[in-house]
Amino acid sequence: MTGETTAALLLLADGRLPAGGHAHSGGLEPSVAADRVRDVASLETFLRGRAVTSGLLAAAFAASACAAVLAGDNGRLGVLEEELDARQPSPVLRQTSRKLGRQLVRAMRVIRPHDCWAGLGRSPHHPIVLGAAAAVSGLRPYAAALAAVHDAVAGPATAAVRLLGLDPFATHAALARLGPLLDAIAADAERYADADPAHLPAGSAPLLDLAAEHHATWEVRLFAS
Amino acid sequence: MPHDHDHTHDHPHPHVDTAGVLPREPGRALRIGIGGPVGSGKTALVAALCRSLGTEVNLAVVTNDIYTTEDADFLLRNGVLPNERVRAVETGACPHTAIRDDISANLEALEDLEESIPGVELLLVESGGDNLTATFSRGLVHKQIYVVDVAGGDKVPRKGGPGVTRADLLVINKTDLADRVNADLSVMDRDSRAQRGDLPTVFLSLTEDPTAAPVAAWVRGCLAEGTAEPSGVASGNAATG
Repeated sequence: MTGETTAALLLLADGRLPAGGHAHSGGLEPSVAADRVRDVASLETFLRGRAVTSGLLAAAFAASACAAVLAGDNGRLGVLEEELDARQPSPVLRQTSRKLGRQLVRAMRVIRPHDCWAGLGRSPHHPIVLGAAAAVSGLRPYAAALAAVHDAVAGPATAAVRLLGLDPFATHAALARLGPLLDAIAADAERYADADPAHLPAGSAPLLDLAAEHHATWEVRLFAS
Repeated sequence: MPHDHDHTHDHPHPHVDTAGVLPREPGRALRIGIGGPVGSGKTALVAALCRSLGTEVNLAVVTNDIYTTEDADFLLRNGVLPNERVRAVETGACPHTAIRDDISANLEALEDLEESIPGVELLLVESGGDNLTATFSRGLVHKQIYVVDVAGGDKVPRKGGPGVTRADLLVINKTDLADRVNADLSVMDRDSRAQRGDLPTVFLSLTEDPTAAPVAAWVRGCLAEGTAEPSGVASGNAATG
């Protein structure tokens, strides 16, 4: 990464990016309710599990979408949409991904105007939009994957601070310990940048799928997902 | 000031976002934010406005609850608005973020309402109850109403905060309780004037005036302004944390 694109990656991965992510816990809220996450140690385990499953999935699709936009191959984005649908068995999580994708497109249209935003459809999946956003920001597929897997753990970590009142320093220390894992996942995901979309990984987390479906039925919740 | 930077791209796009202020567009709905501390009567005011204006204005509401859809349910349960005219936005434990720092979910709800209700003229965005520093982004709404109540103490207008000082309309609610909580309305009136300059303040008791007549009249005035420039503070709201 050149100096210029590193700044672009920081902008894209910053939790303050106004693209709707703050209202989502990435499955943490139902996991807290089920007492599966109760302290920093159990949070770290949760984040590690999320990184290697849905995190890898998002990273690989972001890398592939980034490569597609860099190559001017917008047709591949449509194929990626279908492939990602097929890898997310929970209807609630598919809907959440599309909701966040739509919100990211809305933000990126202003942040980095580009022709590709018009061709993504009404509610594209979030990792695909993130990959496109990386490409439009002058970033390569590895950076797209890194932003995606970072997003997969940083959101739930913030939610844990809000829901459990965890020490924010200790929570960020957990994120810091995950750094090498996130780097490795991004490197793994980068290998799929130019692969046939059908061959992208399908990291699945059945407990997150079930938790999301359950969470959506709650009468009272703090987070949208 | 349409342009304040050099173009490095060659495709045209409108620079309506330059000042961070939402422009009024002909044929598009007026968006009014309604904010204020917990329990000040925001939802009751929204319900009153729906009853007062619902027969003359094509309107819809977005609610921002701390806890899921409570306020939306209140509006539906009380028969104020039909289901298709109320959207609830969940705010991830941060109601002020959803109306100021990251307005994505609210913009989406407003877009959905504009698409599903042809000719909608007025969109009310009710914030979740928050503190005195919470205000709406000018990228989300054209005008904002800030609701405080006398039971919160007659010092609230003097304490200020961007809601009190800069909202397009300040509503001091529950005036019927003033005697019981030893609140001096003349103090609140004096402090409001001092804080707000020429911006209007109204006193309200929804118990005595369930139609919220002075607020409804102000909203009618905003609608009549049409596509005139928004009044009040035009920038700076989104930057404070």
